[in-house]
Amino acid sequence: MTTVIQANNLDLTYQTNDGPVHALKGVDLDINKGDFVSFIGPSGCGKTTFLRAIADLEQPTGGTLTVNGMTPEQARQSRAYGYVFQAAGLYPWRTIGDNIRLPLEIMGYPKSDMAQRVTEVLELVHLEGFEKKFPWQLSGGMQQRASIARALAFDADILLMDEPFGALDEIVRDHLNEQLLELWARTNKTIGFVTHSIPEAVYLSTKIVVMSPRPGRITDIIDSPLPKERPLDIRDTPEFLEIAHRVREGLREGHAYDD
Amino acid sequence: MKSILPILTVVAAIFAIWYAFAVILNAPWAYSKAERADKTLSFSEMVSDTMAQDKPLLPAPHQVAVEIWKTTALKNVTSKRSLVYHGWITLQATALGFAFGIGLGIILAVAIVYSRVMDMSVMPWIIASQTVPILAIAPMIVVVLAAMQVDDIVAKGVISMYLSFFPVVVGMVKGLRSPDTMLLDQMKTYSASPSQAFWKLRLPASAPYLFASLKVGVAASLIGAVVAELSLSQNGGLGARLLAGSYYGQTIQIWSALLAAATLAALMVFAISAIEKVTLRRMGMAQ
Repeated sequence: MTTVIQANNLDLTYQTNDGPVHALKGVDLDINKGDFVSFIGPSGCGKTTFLRAIADLEQPTGGTLTVNGMTPEQARQSRAYGYVFQAAGLYPWRTIGDNIRLPLEIMGYPKSDMAQRVTEVLELVHLEGFEKKFPWQLSGGMQQRASIARALAFDADILLMDEPFGALDEIVRDHLNEQLLELWARTNKTIGFVTHSIPEAVYLSTKIVVMSPRPGRITDIIDSPLPKERPLDIRDTPEFLEIAHRVREGLREGHAYDD
Repeated sequence: MKSILPILTVVAAIFAIWYAFAVILNAPWAYSKAERADKTLSFSEMVSDTMAQDKPLLPAPHQVAVEIWKTTALKNVTSKRSLVYHGWITLQATALGFAFGIGLGIILAVAIVYSRVMDMSVMPWIIASQTVPILAIAPMIVVVLAAMQVDDIVAKGVISMYLSFFPVVVGMVKGLRSPDTMLLDQMKTYSASPSQAFWKLRLPASAPYLFASLKVGVAASLIGAVVAELSLSQNGGLGARLLAGSYYGQTIQIWSALLAAATLAALMVFAISAIEKVTLRRMGMAQ
């Protein structure tokens, strides 16, 4: 097992008008190659901040953070990760195919290579035949799948996802979770996934990181004993419920002195 | 065409009001003429007189229509009495000034979006420039440019630009800033260069804002050209027609020049709307 993301005693403090806000405090975490890691916790626990720090969108104020053995900035410049935001963020003036081509154009991929990659990733997210459609012609779930395809289009081994299905309804979300697992199994990417849904975190992850706010910190890290092959009805098994229970306990603990 | 009836109703109402005011405003002159001729006017005589005066206070719509017909269809377009001739002169200055205005507006908007110093220092001056009455500043600019041996059409274009760059700056600044933090962060995750972020994200995102600005700008541009022609009237133009009309009390000529200018403005706005529709549809932004 190689460690791809390593955080040691990571601190991140924002200076605001009401004084400093400790978004992250003393975060230690190792993420191995091929892991599916979920970050779960109430708002303000720093889960998104941690993901953004990995992506070099936030600057830690203390401790060390390495991605593929490099600083986050170097990792970003060497295109180590694809990032999926909460909203699909597709450009309305580009077709789905052209949206997926966007990062490839920016990174200077040859034209012949682009077409093949677009076909490949559209197939991965089951959007074959939608290449020529504009974003507004797709449903919310399909748009988010297109946005995942875009993040997969270049060869990043790490996929960072910030509540990608947060705005979708539960039925669509179940469906996308299933597809995401299938995609993960096929591509063997390392995935960091922020969510505030306990079933989603337990269903998807090999490792669940439970976080709590003020200051943002990790309260529990759960290595999931569930098999890699997961049909949706695994969510009714005792093992699943047991992990879900432990996550819930972890979340409650973090809140104990808050009320 | 469900909308045709309401539109015709409004047009009819406007004509009715126009005729009513023509009668009211022109009646004193009709009465005073009759008095000097020792006649008394019946109501219907008075009404028909108000609609056929040579220099009425407010010409009746049909008088303006006849004048426009005489100075467009019945005149050679090269004649100095042709509205088409004067309209063409004004249109050239308007188009040149508008092109200047678009260019200047976009350059300033890019500078303002990318430089905080420009934003803080130039923006207040741009706003201040628009509070200066154009009627006061236009003759000065025209005189200075004439002293520099600048071509007439360019001098008029400068006034047009002065009025038309402003909506373009305001719209483009808003448009270039329209991509939200998430989209800009996304560009950062691709390690995109600032110029890539500009050409691939900011500029296309500003297209709908630009078109809204262009529609305002082109009308302002025409006003600029007409105002400039009040100072530079020797070579004609709709502004020169307005000026000549007011020197000689030719109200019918003034009104027909005004209507010609309004028609020109409407045509230009329609043209831009058409370009907007085609462009945005091609960009996939019209649903």
